Amino acid sequence: MRVKRLVKDESKCIGCGKCEEACSQAYFKENNPEKSRVRVTAMENWNKLTICTQCGACMEVCPTQALKRDKNGVVKLNKNDCVGCFMCVGFCPEDAMMQHDDEREPFKCVACGICTEACPTGALSIIEF
Amino acid sequence: MENKEMRNKHKILMEYKYEPKSLKHGYTDKMLYVNVGDNRIEEKDIPEEVKEKFIGGKGYGMRYLWDAVNPDTKWDSEENEIVMSAGPIAGITQYPGTGKTLVCSISPMTDIPIDSNVGGYVGPYLKFSGWDGLEIQGKAKEDVIIVIDGIEGKITIETAPEESVDGHLLGEQLTEMYAKDEHEKRQISVITAGTAAEHTRMGILNFSFYDIRRKVARLKQAGRGGLGTVLRNKKVKGVVVKSKPVKGDLNNPFDQSIINKTGIKLHKEIANHDHEQNNMHKIGTAALIDTMIEFDLLPVHNFQYGTHKDAVKMGNKVFINKYLTQGMVDGCWYGCSLACAKAVDDFELKTGPYKGHKVVIDGPEYENAAGLGANCGIFNPETILELNFYCDTYGIDTISYGTSTAFAMECFERGIINKEITGGLELKFGNEEASLELIHQMSKGEGFGKVVGQGIHRMKKIFAEEHGADPDFLFDIGTEQKGLEYAEYVCKESLAQQGGFGFTNKGPQHDEAWLIVMDMVNNQIPTFEDKAEALHYYPMFRTWFGLLGLCKLPWNDIVPEGNAKTDEPAKIPEHVQNYLDLYYGITGKTITPEDMVRQSEKVYNFQRVFNIRMGKGLRANDKSPYRMMGPVTKEEYESRQERYDSQLKEKVGVDPEGKSTEEKIKILREYRYDQYEQLTDAVYKRRGWSNNGVPTKEKLQDLGMDLPEVLEVIEKHL
Repeated sequence: MRVKRLVKDESKCIGCGKCEEACSQAYFKENNPEKSRVRVTAMENWNKLTICTQCGACMEVCPTQALKRDKNGVVKLNKNDCVGCFMCVGFCPEDAMMQHDDEREPFKCVACGICTEACPTGALSIIEF
Repeated sequence: MENKEMRNKHKILMEYKYEPKSLKHGYTDKMLYVNVGDNRIEEKDIPEEVKEKFIGGKGYGMRYLWDAVNPDTKWDSEENEIVMSAGPIAGITQYPGTGKTLVCSISPMTDIPIDSNVGGYVGPYLKFSGWDGLEIQGKAKEDVIIVIDGIEGKITIETAPEESVDGHLLGEQLTEMYAKDEHEKRQISVITAGTAAEHTRMGILNFSFYDIRRKVARLKQAGRGGLGTVLRNKKVKGVVVKSKPVKGDLNNPFDQSIINKTGIKLHKEIANHDHEQNNMHKIGTAALIDTMIEFDLLPVHNFQYGTHKDAVKMGNKVFINKYLTQGMVDGCWYGCSLACAKAVDDFELKTGPYKGHKVVIDGPEYENAAGLGANCGIFNPETILELNFYCDTYGIDTISYGTSTAFAMECFERGIINKEITGGLELKFGNEEASLELIHQMSKGEGFGKVVGQGIHRMKKIFAEEHGADPDFLFDIGTEQKGLEYAEYVCKESLAQQGGFGFTNKGPQHDEAWLIVMDMVNNQIPTFEDKAEALHYYPMFRTWFGLLGLCKLPWNDIVPEGNAKTDEPAKIPEHVQNYLDLYYGITGKTITPEDMVRQSEKVYNFQRVFNIRMGKGLRANDKSPYRMMGPVTKEEYESRQERYDSQLKEKVGVDPEGKSTEEKIKILREYRYDQYEQLTDAVYKRRGWSNNGVPTKEKLQDLGMDLPEVLEVIEKHL
């Protein structure tokens, strides 16, 4: 099956946070890194990027099947069916299923590419496998 | 008959419309009262004082049951009630094990209050439909169902003449009948009993949850004490609760954030460590089987022995590799990542009315495997599964069934009963066909199954009075206390666990204290005072789960990294803190671990006094059958001779050399009885009870439980 997903090159990341800004603006209409679906964490000599690999571990633990893979292989959340249990958050091997207390449901990367356009160095890109 | 056709045969006996009250900080403060005798439906406001003293769950169950009955009430009296309540934390979705309902009634097994906890969606759905609890009273004239529609705000009592009685069918029928489409089935939860609940005293209640992956209404059980027998005696076939869609904030908690954080923390802990700890997500509570075998604790042949050469045939790996479907989301309420509600799919039944049907079997839980299996000398996993299925659908308690059948088998093997009495059943240990026949007889209300279905307490009387058996020997080997059968752990070598079973309120169930490993394996509580402290703390701590609507498993069937290095690893301090955080998150009230114990003590002592009010609850009722304390027979002693001989030498100070087994049994027995009596003294003292096991006035005053009706009961005994 085709999988469209975000890929990262941490060696190019300068930690500017443009990706987080663009993502949270797009989906929550505010500039708030805690509401971004991609995360930048400054390490000692490099910047760590937390991204969703669309692996589907979240789908497997979802009790309501609110998480499903679409035709592009992207795992998406149907908020109507979500009961907000956050098991997906706890079981995500990449820590890329996000949660914020303002929101009743979790949220995740849908490989839209907005962050890749905002990234000045090409550290993030969308690839179809 | 099609479901639609069945529904057309319903006659509405009563319809009640209401405005579902939203939850605030975990409560609606409303109790729903349904009388199926005179078709009355009423709502009651729960007074602030009741909320403060009784919290919810079992607390509410005991309070409202007390008010409904009188000292002469029997299980089948009109006024007896089934009261259920889920507690204030129940229904949150973020933390594992938060969907429990506590069900209380006067028990057909014990004649005193029973409380049984159960998963499934009923409790949370009642809350989301506006009710902190439900009381069912009276007796209907014909079979009825109660339908609580929390979306429409409508409650009906309807005749239900055509529906099945057996749980797996009725669960499906009612789920389909009241859901408008497949998607809405998840918003329905159903209570059923089963056909054997009508003919035995050990009937259960099944609470359903719709499994969207398997597309089947799964069943969890309020198993202990005959609640299903009470339901069927009331001619209630089932209860349907239909809720609005579940969301993560329906409890309207005081602080959602702390609940989210605490829940995600535990999800991560389970994701990272369950596979290296108990493997609950793969095997559920049956994970205990191998441990029990290893420590000689698995009940074999009516608790005579702790292991068997064939036990490996029902070991953990067998169930994981061959039967339990892996990789499913097996939580009995949303958000339970421990996922212990395992199931076997496409199991083809070999006997009974559903022979040839391919069914989903919930379990086996550890208790089922041990009770239906090893304790009856049955080690064939497929027979265990078949018995498990029939227990659930016929509505029988697996523990009472297993322990009672094991007792009957031992009586048969010892010639106390014979084929003439059993109606031709060769009731020997290991006779799988005989056990299956027995269970089908219970469903039909026929034959010797009807006798075993009365439970050990009544079998002992029948065997002594009608078949000339020695009542003292039956008392020794009949593993019941207060009328309830023991749960499936051999506790001969753990004095603390003998007390853990013996001093329970409802009868010997392991949900109050499970101290075998702490006591016997790790020797962490060597003195009477240590044991008494444990027999105070753990029953109180675990009672708290039943007040709040919580499952015990996520407390200590998963432990955080570094737990072993804490001051009191057995208490799992980090998880205790989680519960305090959840309590704060829901109610906005900050409490300490001491406050938790105190909240429980209020209800625990109230229940103890309730027992006294109903004719039990004194020291005489806390005695144990010797089978659970030590070797009754020569075979038992000699099978572990080295162990017992060395105990005589080291603990009793008697040289076993040159003594006959009978002499040694007698000496050991006197010693162990004495130990149990000393433990009883220490525990009563620690709990603030008189030497006769009665909560003292001072204790009740200190707890703020010196209610006039409570003092009236104890005054006669002090």
